[in-house]
Amino acid sequence: MNAPQKNTTEYNFAYLDEDTKRMIRRALLKAVAIPGYQVPFASREMPMPYGWGTGGVQVTAACLTPDDVLKVIDQGADDTTNAVSIRKFFQRTADVDVTERTADATIIQTRHRIPEAALTEGQILVFQVPIPEPLRFLEPRETETRKMHELEEYGLMHVKLYEDIAKHGQIATAYAYPVKVEGRYVMDPSPIPKFDNPKLSDNPALMLFGAGREQRIYALPPHTKVASLDFEDHPFEASKANHNCDICGAGDTYLDEVITDDRGSRMFVCSDTDHCRTRQEA
Amino acid sequence: MQPLLQVQNIRKTYGARIGCTDVSFDLYPGEVMGIVGESGSGKSTLLSCLAGHAQPDTGAVIFDGRDTVTMAEPERRMLARTDWAYVHQNPRDGLRMGVSAGGNVGERLMAVGARNYGTIRDTATDWLGRVEINADRIDDRPSQFSGGMQQRLQIARNLVTGPRLVFMDEPTGGLDVSVQARLLDLLRGLVRRMGLSAIIVTHDLAVVRLLADRLMVMKGGHVVEQGLTDQVLDDPQHAYTQLLVSSVLQV
Repeated sequence: MNAPQKNTTEYNFAYLDEDTKRMIRRALLKAVAIPGYQVPFASREMPMPYGWGTGGVQVTAACLTPDDVLKVIDQGADDTTNAVSIRKFFQRTADVDVTERTADATIIQTRHRIPEAALTEGQILVFQVPIPEPLRFLEPRETETRKMHELEEYGLMHVKLYEDIAKHGQIATAYAYPVKVEGRYVMDPSPIPKFDNPKLSDNPALMLFGAGREQRIYALPPHTKVASLDFEDHPFEASKANHNCDICGAGDTYLDEVITDDRGSRMFVCSDTDHCRTRQEA
Repeated sequence: MQPLLQVQNIRKTYGARIGCTDVSFDLYPGEVMGIVGESGSGKSTLLSCLAGHAQPDTGAVIFDGRDTVTMAEPERRMLARTDWAYVHQNPRDGLRMGVSAGGNVGERLMAVGARNYGTIRDTATDWLGRVEINADRIDDRPSQFSGGMQQRLQIARNLVTGPRLVFMDEPTGGLDVSVQARLLDLLRGLVRRMGLSAIIVTHDLAVVRLLADRLMVMKGGHVVEQGLTDQVLDDPQHAYTQLLVSSVLQV
């Protein structure tokens, strides 16, 4: 039990005790076995508030090994509060190497983005999920939504898209855009922009989703087929701001709009800071 | 002709109290059956058992040759959104109040696999017309509709997939008489035109007089009298039916 650990600590490796990690790994295995199915797990209270990635942190803790290289992003950026504090948390409790480079990371915990750089086999992408149930705002009863998943009654999901078109002339849902996994479960991909939806499908990396407050884990194993829901006459479209990045000039990345003064000036920059920097250095 | 629905010895109890017991009847295609009785006579319990919302203790409900009491739940729910329709007394129970009228009508279509927005919207517009709701209200929410309009919207939403059997629980309850009259007129037209079978639970004898071919009178969970509507209402045999008929206020 007294393995030498640098830097720390009375914490067990990666904060959680081994029994908890085993419980989470069991849930993860089940989630990987049934892609898109929400597996309940006994979410622990973490030293951070709900909504700050308690689910993602627990999944990361359960997957982390001392040899892993961790990258944490928040809305694509490595240097925002949420990313910085979670990265520090694991540096302190697990003493793992961290990186900002997507290609170097073995585990990437992310809030609301999929990195622009293509992921590779062996990488794990961990999503922080606020509300795992895609049907929640259409059907408030948990007993009923479970039944709907069980019986594949997903007509209601299209009612939401219908309402979008009726109200806005197009499918206005821009993030947390519902997807169907391998023709079976409808899944909330967490609040990633729908620009990222195509990257969910046939991705060589393992994608894990953790919702701490809602106590659910779900997963997309590598190379899973993921289709965004749509209508025949209103097909899915991965939209982004009609602009190029003002720093690196990229025209194919998801952009943040940054207000630069109070007289209406603005600039568009890549939301993936690592991708933008890599392009500038090249 | 084969009966569309065969009800055999349905019994449902709540603990020691009887909900309904010993109910049997056949319903043929295109036939409208009325169930009347006072509050607490078991008519709503019976309807719930028939529509699969409640599990009867004993008995069988055979629809089109299949027993809906013992069939698997997915199959029953499939029936509930294709061949069956259920019109609630309170339209709020049967409608999605946060979804536009068009979405409400389209939901059943999408639930059975419609994935073309244009087609869904055209069908919804057509159905709103059939229940006398103006096409320009298609994007309004039911909460912006009057009670009578909500009830008509609920009917459109239920009939859009062309069901064969409609369950109605007090469809005119809570509406004023002139709106009731229009709704009944509309229902009668739809039932006749589409050749629907229907089971209507009500305590309003005027409703069954207008809509129902056959009538069943319930009291204390038992069926006390059944027969052709006009026959039962004009020549009631059972003491309770006589009381019921004589209690109707004359204007």
